[in-house]
Amino acid sequence: MSLPRSDQSGHADFSLTTALHRLGSPPYVYRLATQLTPWFAWAAVACFGIGLYGALVAAPPDYQQGQAYRIIFVHVPAAWLSMAVYVVFAIAGAVGLIWHIKVGFIVARTSALIGAAYTFLALATGSIWGKPMWGAWWVWDARLTSELVLLLLYLGYLALDSAIDDRRTAGRAGAVLALVGLVNLPIIHYSVEWWNTLHQGATVAKLGAPSIHIDMLVPLLIMGIAFKMHYLTVLMLGVRTGLLKQEKRASWVKTLSPAR
Amino acid sequence: MREFFAMGGYGAYVWSAYFLCIVVLGGTVAFSITNLRTLLRTLSNSQQGPSD
Repeated sequence: MSLPRSDQSGHADFSLTTALHRLGSPPYVYRLATQLTPWFAWAAVACFGIGLYGALVAAPPDYQQGQAYRIIFVHVPAAWLSMAVYVVFAIAGAVGLIWHIKVGFIVARTSALIGAAYTFLALATGSIWGKPMWGAWWVWDARLTSELVLLLLYLGYLALDSAIDDRRTAGRAGAVLALVGLVNLPIIHYSVEWWNTLHQGATVAKLGAPSIHIDMLVPLLIMGIAFKMHYLTVLMLGVRTGLLKQEKRASWVKTLSPAR
Repeated sequence: MREFFAMGGYGAYVWSAYFLCIVVLGGTVAFSITNLRTLLRTLSNSQQGPSD
């Protein structure tokens, strides 16, 4: 474990070096994650409260789909997060791979599990929405198939990770898999444009104004933030668990109070 | 109120989607908290008892 060194580099460079050194310091990251957990958790509770009210009560029914469209308020945030978490997952793995920061592997490992949960939710809620609207639970549509590939990437990573005993080797191998799988993200996003799909096109994340009414857009965005806060809460808890497992014998772990 | 739960005839679909989300999102939080608590307890016990 190398401690932060004071070197002769310039001031601007020094702050970045310090930040990197701190992120490589398990007790610092553990303390930070512990302090941040309640903030993210309460933010999630608040956003879910407001978002669910907006989604189920305040938003008007859709002119074509009636009340069935309300599935959008959980389906789309889950799908957004399934992809956003993948980006964090791949970057965290790369950070572990390139700078040998072990926290990177822990962030990647935790993110894979949550990412798989969001991908499952996006697929499952989409299936429940598809049955009354399309008349089928599942179709081999480009959007659905590429999202299923995303789930398989997460599950493949988790299988690989549990198959390798050495944590460092597992982290490296998984990071390579995660980076290769990044190719799938633009495919998911543009699948509705590149192929003639049954899945509807983008309504929010596109050039020009969103083609969704503001009364529906606002609860959708709040639900998006709620899912993000949920991710960060679970991530903080997972990072703490991962750090404790890795640093079992370190002196800072022995000074922790068991009550926390 | 009955109208609210009926969701214009789509109640079964809408509510099952929301229910599934609550189960998965709540489940991941509960799983993470349990994992962390168990580990913290194990670590503090192994400090008092004989070293492994």
